Amino acid sequence: MKDIVIRPERCLGCRSCEIACAVAHSESKNLFSAIGEKPAPKKRINLEYVPDLEISLPITCRHCEDAPCVSVCPTKALCQDETTSTVSYTPERCVNCWTCSTVCPRFISLYQMILVMGCWTSSMVSNRGIISRQIKAGIKCDLCEGRDQPACVEACPTHALTLFEREED
Amino acid sequence: MKQEIYEKSIDPATRTMLQKAEEEGIDTAWERYEKQLPQCSFGQLGVCCRNCNMGPCRIDPFGEEADRGICGATADIIVARNLLRSIAAGAAAHSDHARDAVLAFKKMSEGEAVSYRIKDTAKLLSLASEYGISCEGESLEEVATRLADILLLEFGKQEGPILCTRRAPEIRLKLWAELGIEPRGIDREIVECMHRTHMGVDNNAVHILLQGLRTGLSDGWGGSMIATDIQDILFGTPQPRRSTVNLGVLSMDKVNVIVHGHEPVLSEMIVEAAEDPELLELAQEKGAAGINVAGICCTGNETLMRHGTPIAGNFLQQELAVITGAVEAMVVDVQCVMPSLGELTGCYHTKFISTSPKADFPNTLRMEFHEDRAYETAKEIIRTAVENFPNRVPEKVAIPEAKQECIVGFSVEAILNALGGSPDPLIEAIKSGAVRGIGAVVGCNNIKVKHNDSHVNLVRELIKNNVLVVTTGCNAIACAEAGLLLPEASELAGEGLKAVCKALGVPPVLHMGSCVDISRILVLSSALANRLGVDISDLPAAGAAPEWMSEKAVSIGAYVVSSGVFTVLGTVPAVLGSQAVTSLLTEGLNDVIGASFAVESDPFKAADLMLKHIDGKRKALGLTSER
Repeated sequence: MKDIVIRPERCLGCRSCEIACAVAHSESKNLFSAIGEKPAPKKRINLEYVPDLEISLPITCRHCEDAPCVSVCPTKALCQDETTSTVSYTPERCVNCWTCSTVCPRFISLYQMILVMGCWTSSMVSNRGIISRQIKAGIKCDLCEGRDQPACVEACPTHALTLFEREED
Repeated sequence: MKQEIYEKSIDPATRTMLQKAEEEGIDTAWERYEKQLPQCSFGQLGVCCRNCNMGPCRIDPFGEEADRGICGATADIIVARNLLRSIAAGAAAHSDHARDAVLAFKKMSEGEAVSYRIKDTAKLLSLASEYGISCEGESLEEVATRLADILLLEFGKQEGPILCTRRAPEIRLKLWAELGIEPRGIDREIVECMHRTHMGVDNNAVHILLQGLRTGLSDGWGGSMIATDIQDILFGTPQPRRSTVNLGVLSMDKVNVIVHGHEPVLSEMIVEAAEDPELLELAQEKGAAGINVAGICCTGNETLMRHGTPIAGNFLQQELAVITGAVEAMVVDVQCVMPSLGELTGCYHTKFISTSPKADFPNTLRMEFHEDRAYETAKEIIRTAVENFPNRVPEKVAIPEAKQECIVGFSVEAILNALGGSPDPLIEAIKSGAVRGIGAVVGCNNIKVKHNDSHVNLVRELIKNNVLVVTTGCNAIACAEAGLLLPEASELAGEGLKAVCKALGVPPVLHMGSCVDISRILVLSSALANRLGVDISDLPAAGAAPEWMSEKAVSIGAYVVSSGVFTVLGTVPAVLGSQAVTSLLTEGLNDVIGASFAVESDPFKAADLMLKHIDGKRKALGLTSER
């Protein structure tokens, strides 16, 4: 299956992905019209600054139907709604074991980078934060159904976001 | 998302050369544009600020992230400041061009630039009297020196008025004074824009925009107008003449020299040097049948208007001219010259010669131009081109066949002349409804628009509806390439306009010159308004810049609207990130200055907007509707 992979070392923090995402999920699909729409179109990707790594990176949870993060979570801090398939996160149950990030297809390259750099706390907080925020807003990444490429991937000027074919386990 | 060649331009010559470029593996602006897509949304909306080093800051247009910069500037402030800087840059370009023309004129009058002389004595004397210079007992050169000194003061003036503004109708001048937007000095307004947009100075969008209007006026009724006047005195006021346009004007057997950029001070000399017997002889020696000078952009328009020198193309055709493989020298001065020409000319035998002390580009042969030895430099340039002729690579040469006849040279003087000396016949035609109104269509090419498509379709639509079109710049070249600058084009016009054109023997689209010559349109509209005893904003007239791209166009937009002319922009300016600035420009200005902008990329809908505006103004003037 295809999915977006984040390459944090290439992110310049320009937020082009965020705007492209909001426009792709607007009524008009046009930047100049979208900015006037009510309610304002919502983005599904968020640029987060990771102070420990001194990098910014776009993070987005796709709320995968098969949500590998949910299936590996030993404490059920991550769980999935059966009907909407949205993933939610309960911080009280989390024991910071990081198993989820080793299986998340989007987060894996960042996880590897974090391992190399040896500092991981704040980045994971960002990732989980996104899950919670998206749930609250009732929105999730849909990989831009109906487009050749997700809008964020198309908009990224440095290819920090790429669409990859993921091998099935 | 690769565009097909037919989607890139409506012009057959352009398509042929794009095909050649593709076959030779050469990238042009179209390929570079594709590599820029999608373009930065913050930039398109104008909400990115780089004016201080705490930034860059940007505002989230969807309201989820930052709604102000580090200093607290909102989208309104950032958008207004960015717009003001664009206006300043555009006004600076036009006005600095004017300064050089006046400096050349002064040197000529003092005998230090012997290559130049006074070509239009009548215009010199009429300007002298306008500026209050008594000519009695003085030689023409002395009058010229005094005029040059007064004009130079216009740039450095502190408290105004800029004297050309006095050509505007009384009622408009009063309005400008009431609004406090009468320009005080050409350089002062531009400097003040830069000051106001510095960190922590002017942070009120409306206040900032008023300075934008004032700076625009210092260009249209200042720098640009001075450039036009002085160039007319030095090189002659344009009169109707025939010429030919498009890439097909390049010659298979002659030395092709292209003059590209904006200032006629050098190109006038090049045109002259190309007729020098010594150089013609050299050309023959090198196996060429002669020397063919052709223009691109407004340098081209200047020599076209005054000498009928052919034009090879407009802005987006500059690279294609080189790709013909038949250009011995691409000679450039300032503005709208793509730096890509450096690498591109390296693929052919073409010499890329930069001449302005202000402007150099990659891989140029530098032949700096100074007025005191103007003709010598021009001769050296032509000699270089001629000597390059034997280096032409025959396998690489392909000149498209397409070229088109045109009639150009409609200065205000020439138009009045065609009308029999007074604007009355035109006013009568407008009153009767034969001419529904006047459309001023100007501006650049923009890669975001299919080349020439919006220009040509908008103008066709206007003349079809009996709107007499005046044009300058790259729109004029687009119209010429489409055959609209011929009396025969009146067949495409509505019945009323057709009859008027036939009676006067003029095309339905009048080429008034280069982009600084939009000042001619201002003078013409002022003359019409004065004759009718109304303001410019009361005239059944509208403007458009269907394919605009440059900062000069932003300045032009500012002064045209401040002069009272409703203007339709064909490409979206970087202001939509601010609701306040957008609504001020498209609506609010109407109550302030009697005109506003509209944005419409569809040329047919743009024509409708203009027609609706024109009809509204006709009704207000109590003129019967045309039928």
